[in-house]
Formats: sequence, structure tokens, C-alpha cells
Amino acid sequence: MIKKIILFLIVFFPYNSYGLIKVDITRGNLNPLPIAVSPLAIDDNSKKEFQKILNKKNIGSEISIIVERNLKTSGLFNPLNKEAFLQKPDIANLKPRFEDWQLIKAQALITGKVTLVDEKLRVEFRLWDILAGREMMALAFTTVPTNWRRVGHIITDKVYERLTGEKGYFDTRIIYVAEEGPKTQRVKKLAIMDQDGFNNKFLTLGNELVLTPRFNRTSQMVTYLSYFRNLPRVYLLDIETGTQEVVGDFPGMTFAPRFSPDGKKIIMSFAKDGNSDIYTMDLESRVVDRITNHPSIDTSPSYSPDGKYISFNSDRSGYQQIYVMESNGKNVKRISFGNGLYGTPVWSPRGDLIAFTKLHKGKFYIGVMRTDGSGERLLTENFYQEAPSWSPNGRVLIFYRETKTDAKGEGFSAKLWSIDLTGYNERQVKTPTDASDPSWSSLLSN
Amino acid sequence: MEFNKILKNAILVIVACLALSACATKKAGTGQMQGDVYTGTDSVEYLASGVPDRVFFATNESVLTTASRETLRKQAAWLRKNSKVTIVLEGHADERGTREYNLALGERRANAAKDYLMTYGISSDRISVLSYGKERPVDSASNPLSWSKNRRSVTVKAN
Repeated sequence: MIKKIILFLIVFFPYNSYGLIKVDITRGNLNPLPIAVSPLAIDDNSKKEFQKILNKKNIGSEISIIVERNLKTSGLFNPLNKEAFLQKPDIANLKPRFEDWQLIKAQALITGKVTLVDEKLRVEFRLWDILAGREMMALAFTTVPTNWRRVGHIITDKVYERLTGEKGYFDTRIIYVAEEGPKTQRVKKLAIMDQDGFNNKFLTLGNELVLTPRFNRTSQMVTYLSYFRNLPRVYLLDIETGTQEVVGDFPGMTFAPRFSPDGKKIIMSFAKDGNSDIYTMDLESRVVDRITNHPSIDTSPSYSPDGKYISFNSDRSGYQQIYVMESNGKNVKRISFGNGLYGTPVWSPRGDLIAFTKLHKGKFYIGVMRTDGSGERLLTENFYQEAPSWSPNGRVLIFYRETKTDAKGEGFSAKLWSIDLTGYNERQVKTPTDASDPSWSSLLSN
Repeated sequence: MEFNKILKNAILVIVACLALSACATKKAGTGQMQGDVYTGTDSVEYLASGVPDRVFFATNESVLTTASRETLRKQAAWLRKNSKVTIVLEGHADERGTREYNLALGERRANAAKDYLMTYGISSDRISVLSYGKERPVDSASNPLSWSKNRRSVTVKAN
């Protein structure tokens, strides 16, 4: 359980705005930036103390490994092999010998220092532009030692932001459904983990079927579907306290929940008498509003980040397609017109794109289109995959993929995958069990 | 008058039952499809002797086929005879669709069965509907025949 992090950001120097390095994230990056991540220097006393508290031999190296791994996973950076580093961490952090780092073809360098101050972990780090021979950024912060993994993620976020010009997505968590057991009787639990797969924790026991957890962008609340007592209903879960409650008093199945961007409403489908329509419920006043009223299936609603529009899935044309309407349900417009069926529209946090799942000729695709339906771009094709969720900076999508089984029904698996908006850098996101329905949190610290 | 109507329906249903159960015994247990609707019997269980518990659907459809209607008429007849029994209609979809849409589709399928049972005199008080979407397949293989077995509405005794 992550407590609200105590984080003091101290800016040593103002951000240097004329560094030479700039990483372009708008194209598939075929030439990731060579970067050297020097292990964070640590004095002997701090090292011993942290070993006692955290049971890690050298917390400075451990944190730098997190940074290195994050940068590599982003696909935009190529962290260089540490064995080639000529300068010692403590000395490099004072003043790098830029020629040494140029020799190993590094274009950027991260150095830093960890110390124990009043039982707290204090980190300072610097980002250097090797070619220009200057410091680009220097930051320090202090937190409780158990937050050491988050320290690595926050450093990565700062470096990513400085070098790409966009916010990072590393100090984040993924909530998802952990799956086990035979395909006909899957046991499903809510689970949460850091974006890099560490600190995995199960939030439910698996006694009842749970599906489609989604984060609130503004807090650590989650909404999801649970079959508790065989009544499929939308629930609200506070992951800090573990408190759960059913959302609204509906006489039938509620499903496909998501939060409004301000976190004050839940939008979801309510199914009754064979018809599913979209409703919202205000979490404070408990007022329920009906948004669509159509004899077709209307589901998978997702708000635009400004809260003015809703994209959703409907088969009112005969088959599953994507529609956009105003948040009061007016001016419904179909936006998907390509070949095949379209589902699970999710509005990008940047507001410019809608990610979706597409089924065409027996294959499933994850793709994106503009909010008017133009510019459709398919990012990945597979036997089965669906349910994209955006990284908070709108640059990466996480989704799940299922394998085809053989004639005996053997060989089933469900895994999480991520892909860059450019269509490059497709990667499996490791989970301890099979996994589906991922939802990406917003940045835990800003 | 109401009673007469029910009686007439009941007779029709019984006649249909007899005709169908004669057919059913002749069918091979290996399973088969018509269009993409499953018409086999190997995953079918029985509510009572001669009363199959489930009906099958075409891809993305919730329309009842002729065979489905026959099955449901048998179920209605049996339910009228066993008037204390309440049921859950469990609606299912195959794995070839997005999770949320499939939840809605399962609900729509189970309701198609419910509506039909109601026209044969079964009170809605005795029927509840539960959609599982694609969460509870009966056949875990990834091929058209397996998918056709999974697109179903199953009538389950609730008491």
C-alpha cells in the first residue's frame, strides 16, 4: 500500500533551455538516444543503513537500474553498458569528464547521489548534455526509504520530460485482472502493480468474477464490474483503504464503467430487458442521468478529457461501431466507417485521438483514429487483442492479448502488452499470472 | 379463456416435444452446425427428461432459431407443470468479441429466451437473467464449432 508520498522537489538550478539534445517522440524511433546511467553514488554509512532498512546491498545501483530499465522500455533511449564507464559515480556526479563519456558514444549522462538524512532517503541527480558539455537539469528530493522504486521512476519521468518535452509515465501503476485456471472456469482477481511490473498486489480473493477495472484520473479510486452474489454490478474501490461499494441501485446488470475526467461521475451501461443504454451517476449527489435511449446495444462509454464529449460503442447500424456524442447525449455521430467491427473506444488524455479495438476478417487490431473518425491507423494485428488503455501522456497504449487454443482447447493464455502510438516498440508487460483488462493510472506525483 | 389458451399452447408444446425428442435421439453426438448456429447435442444438458436446457445463436445475433423456439416451448411446458420452479437464464457469447459488448449481447440473448418463455405463459417473476458475456465458455477450443457451442442461453433452475 503506497502512502501519499512525501516528496520535496528542490530545484538547484533553473532548467537549462538550450541543451542540444532533443528526442523526437512523434516518429517511430529507430535510433534511440545513447544515454549513460551512472550508478547513484552512495557513502559507506548510508549504504550500510539502507542495507539494514531495505535489504538491498547498494541502493544507489538499484535505483539506477530502475531508471535504465525504464528508459530502455520506452524505446526512445539506449542505455549504455555500465562496464564501459570510465568515471566513478561520485566523481562523475561532481563534474563529468565529457571526453570520457563521448568516447563511449554517450550523448546524455545521468549521475547522482543517495544519502540517508534523518531516516529518510535523499536523492539528488543531474542530467548532462555530453556533446554540449553542460548540465541540463539538477534535482533533489527526499522520501521514506520504502519508496525507493518510485524514486527511480520519478528520476526517469524528469529525464524523459527534459529530453522529449513531454511528461513521462513511469511513476504510475497499472490495475488489471489477474487470471488463473481453465478457460471454462477462469478465476479472476483485481491486481495492481507498478508500471514496470514490480510491487504486484492482489486486491480481491477471486471468490467472484471481476472485470474491467478503471482508474480515476484524479485519485486512487477504481471502478470495476463484480459478480458478487451473482449480481453483475459496477463497484467503486478505494485502493488506499480497501473500501468497496456498489454504484447506484439498478434493477439489472450495470457494466462498462469509467470515471468522468473530473472524477465526480461514473459513466456506464445499464442492461435491462435485452437493451443496454448509457447512464451516468454523480458520486456525490447520487443523481442518475440517462444519456442514451436506443433499442440497440450502447456500451463502452469514454469521456473526452475536457468532459464535453463521450465516445461509445453501439450496434444501432446493425453491427458494432464507434459513435461520439455531446456529454448530454445530443448530436450522436458515427465516426467509424472502415471495414469490420469496432469496439472499446477510449479517448486519449491529450484529446486528439480515440484508441479502439477492431475486428476484421477474423483478426483483431488495436488502432487509433482522430475524434472525427479520420486518419485511422492500425498499430498491431493478432488473433485476439482488445481493451487499449492510454499512458497518462497519451504516447503508449497497454492492452491484452489472448492466444488461440488447439482443437482440445489447450494452450490458452492472456497477457498484457504495450505499444507506442507510433506502432513501434511492442512489448509484453510481465505479470505473475495471466492478465487482462489493464488500466493505466495517472502520474502519482507531478 | 386464459386457461383455454394456455391449455392449447401446452398441447402444442407437448406435440412438439414428442416430435423433437424423436428427432433428437437420431442426431449424432459429435455436434454440427447450420449456418453458424450449433445444432448438435454434445454440450447440451437437460432440465428434465426430454427438455434441453439451452438454445444457440448465430454470430452477433440474438434471434431465436426454429430449433431454439422448439426447445423453449418444451421448457415452458415443463415449467408450467412445475410451477414452483424459478429459473435463471444465463446468456453467453463466444470469445470473438470485445468483453463489454459481449456482456450486453449475452444479456440480449437471455432476454430473447425470456420473452419467448413469457409468451408461453411463464411469468417474468419466475425468470431472472444473468449475462456472462464471454466469461464462461463450455468449449475452450478456438474454432468455429466451439464458438457456436458457446453462443448460447442456458436455462438453469434457481431453486
